[in-house]
Amino acid sequence: MNEKAPIWVGVLGWAVALVIFMPIFIIAITAFKTEQDAYSLTLFFTPTLQSFHEVFERSHYLSFVSNSVIVSFGSTFLSLAIAVPAAYSLAFFPGKRAQKTLLWMLSTKMMPAVGVLIPIYLLAKNAGLLDSVTGLVIIYTLINLPIAVWMAFTYFNEVPKEILEAARIDGASAWQEMLHLLLPTSLPGLASTALLLVILSWNEAFWSLNLSSSNAAPLTVFIASYSNPEGLFWAKLSAASLLAVAPILCLGWIAQKQLVRGMTFGAVK
Amino acid sequence: MTQHVLDALPAGSPATVAPISPRRASNPLAKLLLTPSVAVLFLWMIVPLAMTLYFSFIRYNLLNPDQTGFVGLDNYRYLLEDPTFWPSIGHTLVLIGSVLAISVIGGTLVAVLFDQPFAGRGIARLLVIAPFFVMPTVSALIWKNMVLHPVYGLWAGIFRHLGLQPIDWLADYPMWSVIVMVAWQWLPFAFLILLTSLQSLDTEQKEAAQLDGAGPVRIFVYITLPHLSRAIAVVIMIETIFLLSIFAEIFTSTAGGPGTETTTLTWLIYSIGLQQFDIGIASAGGVIAVILANVVSFFLVRMLAKNLKGEYDK
Repeated sequence: MNEKAPIWVGVLGWAVALVIFMPIFIIAITAFKTEQDAYSLTLFFTPTLQSFHEVFERSHYLSFVSNSVIVSFGSTFLSLAIAVPAAYSLAFFPGKRAQKTLLWMLSTKMMPAVGVLIPIYLLAKNAGLLDSVTGLVIIYTLINLPIAVWMAFTYFNEVPKEILEAARIDGASAWQEMLHLLLPTSLPGLASTALLLVILSWNEAFWSLNLSSSNAAPLTVFIASYSNPEGLFWAKLSAASLLAVAPILCLGWIAQKQLVRGMTFGAVK
Repeated sequence: MTQHVLDALPAGSPATVAPISPRRASNPLAKLLLTPSVAVLFLWMIVPLAMTLYFSFIRYNLLNPDQTGFVGLDNYRYLLEDPTFWPSIGHTLVLIGSVLAISVIGGTLVAVLFDQPFAGRGIARLLVIAPFFVMPTVSALIWKNMVLHPVYGLWAGIFRHLGLQPIDWLADYPMWSVIVMVAWQWLPFAFLILLTSLQSLDTEQKEAAQLDGAGPVRIFVYITLPHLSRAIAVVIMIETIFLLSIFAEIFTSTAGGPGTETTTLTWLIYSIGLQQFDIGIASAGGVIAVILANVVSFFLVRMLAKNLKGEYDK
């Protein structure tokens, strides 16, 4: 199995990759075109940063960026703050119900968002959380919580039990155990959990479109506002999209292994 | 719902907890640490669901706040008699079914291809998974404006080059356009999961089969596919849950139209509840969506569990 595959396999593989990547490639080059060039498919043009300048000047682009950043990092921080203690408890003090609790958490993800759209909308409206960053942070924290618990749990579960047993026999307190054993061994895992949560909340668009319009709108909502015909400027749309997508794409490429683990609740590693 | 999830959970998954110090199981600290997660998730699951159920039995329209009261099953009757309701269920099933078929079959084929060692495979792989990280509103706009646009789109350009009449995809084939843009995001997901699973298949089995004279097709059917079945099951379950609430793509590209051709159940509930402000009827739709999700996942899980049984027994 170690010899190289025949040449046609490589050609086919690259062809598939390029076809799938094509739409992203198109916005990446359109972002550097002028508005006039944007409507032709030409690859020969003088690159310009004009669209990027206009995106920053005309719209309140930075406020959408900051909403996205606050919402995704805020909800990630909150999810982890609630999930890590729970995962710790489930992994190291497993009671009879630990397995059932984990599965029940997973089953909360099975509920379709649209089934609770109306009450969540009304609750948010009455609580003054409609079109508020706080409201989105709360929602994203809740929808990501099961994933956070599961991922942290799988990482804690990989800490060799023998070491823990040895530490406990030597009389280590729960606190020492946490500080000197668990944190160092599972820190990379927790970091990748955080990475996945940031990616998921950055791209979330069901709740952001339904619960925010202007004040709290993250980038997903801002980009959607380009869909009405009068706002159609392709080069600017591409520049804004590229800025919204590029950082998270890079994070995604870094986090691909963790994504597999997190999205499949540890069933595929 | 927990029970059939329990049945579906693959053997050897991390939920098989190995207790180390059972005497500490009833530790009050452990309970204290677990409580916040369980409490907020419980509230998140029960309160809105109970509200949806309650609203579905009362007259509640934000535009007519004077009309109130218990109406029994009237909201459901009204919804079921709405001429757009049954088509919307059909559209939902077509959308989910097609995206699942494209992403699972396509994802498997691409994953098998990328399991072969070819030059630059690592980079090509990054390109393939990229669409999954593109936010749904961006991907809908790219497809709508730059790929499927009847005048300036990529396809229109290719068609003109070939001397053909360009097609207005979103107007003439709206459902297919939505399916393609959603599948473009989910095929990479299926690909990534399936490739990860393929790479955990140990090569000895394959080599032994090769020595016995099995061709690539037989190896795929008898060794690769059974190995992948668990990962495929996981992909189908996760995608179904997400696809049932597909919203941003439709919101940005077709808004349920033209006419009601891309109106899915999700879009219908949204338009009744948050555009016409009829909370009662929209909630009846929400209840139906939850039931539909349960029915789909129940049958799906049973079917998959049956297929998987043989594999676990080994």
